[in-house]
Amino acid sequence: MMRRVVITGMGIYSCLGTSKDEVRDSLFAGKSGIIFDAQRKDIGFRSALTGMVEEPNLKGLLDRRQRKSMAQQCNYAFVSANEALEQAKIDADFLAKNEMGIIFGNDSSSKAVIDSVDGVRAKGDTTLLGSGSIFQAMNCTVTMNLSTIFKLKGINMTLSAACASGSHSVGMGYVLIKNGYQDMVMCGGAQEVNPNAMASFDGISAFSTNESNPTKACRPFDRDRDGLVPGGGAATLILESLESAKSRGADIIAEVIGYGFSSNGEHISNPNLDGQVRSLEMALKQANISPEDIDYVNAHATSTPVGDGFEAQAIYKVFGSNTPVSSTKSMTGHECWMAGASELVYSLLMMKNGFIAPNINFENPDEYSEKINIFAQTEQRTLRTVLSNSFGFGGTNSSVILRAYD
Amino acid sequence: MTREDIVSKTKEILSEEFEVAEDLIVDDAELQATLELDSLDYVDLVVIIEENFGFKVEQADFTEIKTFSDFYDYVQTKVN
Repeated sequence: MMRRVVITGMGIYSCLGTSKDEVRDSLFAGKSGIIFDAQRKDIGFRSALTGMVEEPNLKGLLDRRQRKSMAQQCNYAFVSANEALEQAKIDADFLAKNEMGIIFGNDSSSKAVIDSVDGVRAKGDTTLLGSGSIFQAMNCTVTMNLSTIFKLKGINMTLSAACASGSHSVGMGYVLIKNGYQDMVMCGGAQEVNPNAMASFDGISAFSTNESNPTKACRPFDRDRDGLVPGGGAATLILESLESAKSRGADIIAEVIGYGFSSNGEHISNPNLDGQVRSLEMALKQANISPEDIDYVNAHATSTPVGDGFEAQAIYKVFGSNTPVSSTKSMTGHECWMAGASELVYSLLMMKNGFIAPNINFENPDEYSEKINIFAQTEQRTLRTVLSNSFGFGGTNSSVILRAYD
Repeated sequence: MTREDIVSKTKEILSEEFEVAEDLIVDDAELQATLELDSLDYVDLVVIIEENFGFKVEQADFTEIKTFSDFYDYVQTKVN
């Protein structure tokens, strides 16, 4: 017996704002969160552009032992998780009596790893790294810390799938609940924002070098795009079975109705059309809906010449020329491990508030993007069913479909 | 470094690191109970001592240190 899966809480901590209300306003206004980070230039980056978030102060919210073990992205994740749990009306007492799992997308903890290596080289003594280093440096740092803080008792794992990590985390939470393994799973994605995390990515010439105009640099689907801009933060979604949500009187934000995935089986960094199309078609098949039922596609499009071209072709092949499309990365930059989760939050904020956020900086189409319906301006519109794409290195693809609950 | 200096500095750094009130750090109070130390906290204590007093404590030495007074005595022998 397959169960219906709904979302009852969401939280966001990004360069567009540190709460849902702030982020909603930024999305509606088409406000970019991208800046020039001068220290990256000093280090030797090709591009010093990045989406920037402020560092949350968790003193007073978490004790010393808890804070000591948290890498930068855990701090972001904690803030977004708190916001999501509050919306879902789930408190510590509830979590003590009920089983909730956690699956977060995260694919690096570079700063913590580099700090520990630098530390032991400088001191010549591993003990002097302190007690927090190991718990910050492991890839599962987010789920390790949040599961401990919130006393979660269900599935507990990190999902690493490059820039599709956050999307797959929601997809896997959906699968577990749909099949009866879990009633509730905290899903999300987290991305550290520091030069250590992005040096090697910058090194393969993937980033835009349009440093003279940071807010114009990230221009998905635009003819003159010259690369992505990294960003980060964290996003959390509380997934639960419809029965669970109803039984405790939770407010239902939306329903997860489809999850598609695929692997390209080809190049480590170049996308391909077939893999993306298969992911989209699987999501539609799982949701048992037609392409025409999708009111909006939140594209993965990162502003790289090659990647956006393939996605535009895939969207055209599956949806044709009418379905509205935008890439919120035009404002956030590429939030990498977090992106799949944050873009579901962005899509839900649009759905809840009746608008399509703009693909800013889309001024001139290329031969592929001219065939799809990209919204460069904010449009007020009722959205009932939305799809979010996420693709990653290694050819991992994920597509998640959400529908308004009624 | 005088004992007074050691006491003053200890109160300052331990209250800051372990987030306890300075007035709880008194000579005959137990170090572990007052600072609520677990095994991981002892690792951080080693780091703090190295950073502030300039020597590395062997974790085994902590077995002899019960009170803050013991701690001051221990530091005094190491720094002078």
